[in-house]
Amino acid sequence: MTSSKINKAHEPLFHLSKRDGIAFWKAWLIRIAAVALGLAVCGLVAYLFSDKLRTGKKTLEDFYYCFIKGAFGTERKLWKFLKNMAVLQCISLAVTPAFRMRFWNIGAEGQTLMGVWGAIAVAFYLGGKVPEWLLLIIMFAAALVCSAVWAVIPALFKARWNTNETLFTLMMNYVATYVVSYFLVVWVPSGSSALGKLKYGKLPPLPFGNQYLLIILISLAMTVLLYIYLRHSKHGYEISVVGESERTARYSGMNVGKVIIRTMVVSGLLCGLAGYLIGAGLDQSVNTESVGGQGFTAIMVSWLAKFNPLVMLLTAGLVSLLNSGAAQISQDLNVSGAFPDVIVGIILFFIIGSEFFINYRIVMSRKGHAGKEVLK
Amino acid sequence: MNIWLNFIIESLAFGATFMYGSTGEIITEKAGHLNLGIPGVMCMGGAGGCLVLNMIGKSGLPGPVIVILGILGALAMAMLMGLIYSFLTVTLRANQNVTGLALTTFGAGLMKVIMSKMDSTVYLIGPKMLYRWPFADRTDALQGLGVLFFLAVFIAIASSWVLFRTKVGLHLRAVGENPGSADAVGINVTKYKYLASCIGSGIAGLGGFYYIIDYMASQEAYLSLEIFGWLSIALVIFALWRPHMTILGSTVFGFLFSCSSQIANIEGITVTMAAKPLLKMLPYVFTIAVLIITSIRNKRENQPPASLGLSYFREER
Repeated sequence: MTSSKINKAHEPLFHLSKRDGIAFWKAWLIRIAAVALGLAVCGLVAYLFSDKLRTGKKTLEDFYYCFIKGAFGTERKLWKFLKNMAVLQCISLAVTPAFRMRFWNIGAEGQTLMGVWGAIAVAFYLGGKVPEWLLLIIMFAAALVCSAVWAVIPALFKARWNTNETLFTLMMNYVATYVVSYFLVVWVPSGSSALGKLKYGKLPPLPFGNQYLLIILISLAMTVLLYIYLRHSKHGYEISVVGESERTARYSGMNVGKVIIRTMVVSGLLCGLAGYLIGAGLDQSVNTESVGGQGFTAIMVSWLAKFNPLVMLLTAGLVSLLNSGAAQISQDLNVSGAFPDVIVGIILFFIIGSEFFINYRIVMSRKGHAGKEVLK
Repeated sequence: MNIWLNFIIESLAFGATFMYGSTGEIITEKAGHLNLGIPGVMCMGGAGGCLVLNMIGKSGLPGPVIVILGILGALAMAMLMGLIYSFLTVTLRANQNVTGLALTTFGAGLMKVIMSKMDSTVYLIGPKMLYRWPFADRTDALQGLGVLFFLAVFIAIASSWVLFRTKVGLHLRAVGENPGSADAVGINVTKYKYLASCIGSGIAGLGGFYYIIDYMASQEAYLSLEIFGWLSIALVIFALWRPHMTILGSTVFGFLFSCSSQIANIEGITVTMAAKPLLKMLPYVFTIAVLIITSIRNKRENQPPASLGLSYFREER
C-alpha cells in the first residue's frame, strides 16, 4: 500500500518517446497548425500595437488580408516578392552544404556582403575602362573569390585546429561590415559614405519577361543543381557522412579536413553568387546593409527545410511572404517599420517549437500503470 | 581632469553595456547553451525597463524606488525572453542557433515597435538623472558612471565568484561540460539550464537598459543597440568565459569603439575618417585572434564549454 503511494507521487503525467518516423501528411499537418497558431498570436500582438485595429478603423480581417495583398496585391508586388524570395533562396542554398555536415556557418551575412563588395569594387575601379560584358565577368569572378575567401578562412582553422566555427564565422560578419564601411569612406570623398548607383556593371535583364526574371531563374537553377550535388554526387555523400559522424568518416578513409574546406568553398561560392545578384543584378551599389540580415534569415530558412534545397523553396517563400505581408501591415495599420521582424520571429518560434511534436510522441501515463509494475 | 583618465572612464562607462551582455551570455554558455538571442534579449531588456519608466516616470515616486522599479522591469522582460529561449531549446530541444537567431529577430523588432510608441519626455528626461547617482552633479567624465555601472561591475565579479567558487557554479559548469555525467551524479540538468538561461538573459537585458537610459540617454539610442549585443557575444570569447575578465575586456572594446569619436580631442593624434571603421573593426579582429590562439594552444581551461551548442537528450545518452 505504502509503496504504491510513493510510486504514485513520483509517476509523471506523461513521458516522451522519440518517434521512429511520422507520416508525411501528419508532419505537415503539425507544421501548418503551428503556422496558424503563430498567425493567431501575431494578430493579438498587432491588436496591442495598432491603434487602428483597437479603435475599429481596421478589422482583423484586414490584418490577415494584408499578407496576401502585400505579396500578390499587384503584379509589381508579385515580382518583387519573387525577387526577394529568389535572393533569400540563393543565400539559404549557400549555407546548406555546411549545415549538412554540422559545420555551423553563421557567417553567410558577411560572406554575401563580401561578394557584393567584390563585384562593386570591380565596377568602381574598372567601370568604363573595359567592355561591359568583360566587366560583368570580372565582377562575377571577384564576387565568387571574395566570398569564398571569407568562407574558407574559418574552415581552414576548423580543419587544422578545431577552432569553434560558429563564433569565428559570426565575428567575420562584422569584420566584413567594417571592411565595406572603410571602402565607402575611401570611395565617397564627400564624407557621406553613401555610394550612389554606379553607371557600369548592370546585369542586363532577359530580353523577355520581367526585369527580375533572370535572378529568379538563376536561383531556381541553383536549387536544382545543389539538390543533385548533395543527393547524387560523391561530394554530397561525403558531406552527409561527416555530418552524421566524423569518426565514421575518418575510419572509412575520408580526409575530413579536406571535406570541410571544400564544402565551405562551395558555400562561399554560392554566397558569392548571391552577392553578385544583389550587387550587379539589383543595387549597383554597396553599403553595410546590402544584405540586410538575410544571411541570418537564410540560416533559419535552411534549417526549417531540413537542409533540403527543394523544400527550401517553400520555406524561403513563407518567410518572404511574411516579410512582405508584414511590411504591408505596418503601412496599412500604422505600426512601426520593424513590425515584419516581430511577425517573422513569432512564426519562427512556433515552427521551431512544432519540430518537437514531429520528432517526439507524448505518451500519457495510464492510471495505476506504475503500481502494476511494482506488483510484478 | 587628465585627458587620458577621462578617456578611460569614458571607455569604462561605454563598456558596461557589454559587461552586462557578456556576463549574461557567459552564464548561459556555461550551461552549454549558445544564446545567439542575446542582442534581442538586450533590446527587450531596454524596452522592458523603459516601459516601466513610461508608467511611473512622472508619478512622483521617490527616486530610489523609480530606479529599482526600472531595473526590475528590464530584468523581468529580459528573463521572459530567456524563458522563451530555454523553453524552446531545453524542453522542446530545438536547435540553439536557429532559436537564438529567431529570438534576436523578434526581440530587436518588438523593441523598436514598443519604443516608437513611447514618449521620451516621460521615460527618459526625468529618470535619467536618477540613474546617474552618485555623480549626477559632476560635469566631467565621472558623471557617466551611475548606479547601473557599479551594478555591472558588481554582477561581473559576483558571477565569477559563484561560477568558480561555489558548489552551484561547479554544478553549472558540469552541466555545460558534460550534461550526461552531471545528470548521472544527480544534478538536475533541466533546472540548471533553465535558470542559467533566464538569469543570464536577465543580466544581459540590464545592459540594454543601461545603454538606453544612462550611457546614451537619448531618444534614438534604441536604434543602435542591437550591434552591441553581437559585440557582447564577441566579448565572451575575449574574456575566455570568465565574467570578471569582461570588466577588462569591455574597457578595451569600449576604448576601441569610442576612440574613433573621442581620439580627435587628444593633441598629437590625428585620425582620418577612413581609420574610424578600421578602429571599430579591431574588437572583432582581436576576438578572432583570441579564438584562434586559444584553439591552437588547446589549454583546457580556456576552451568553450565542451557541450556548447548541443541539446541534451537524456534518452539518447
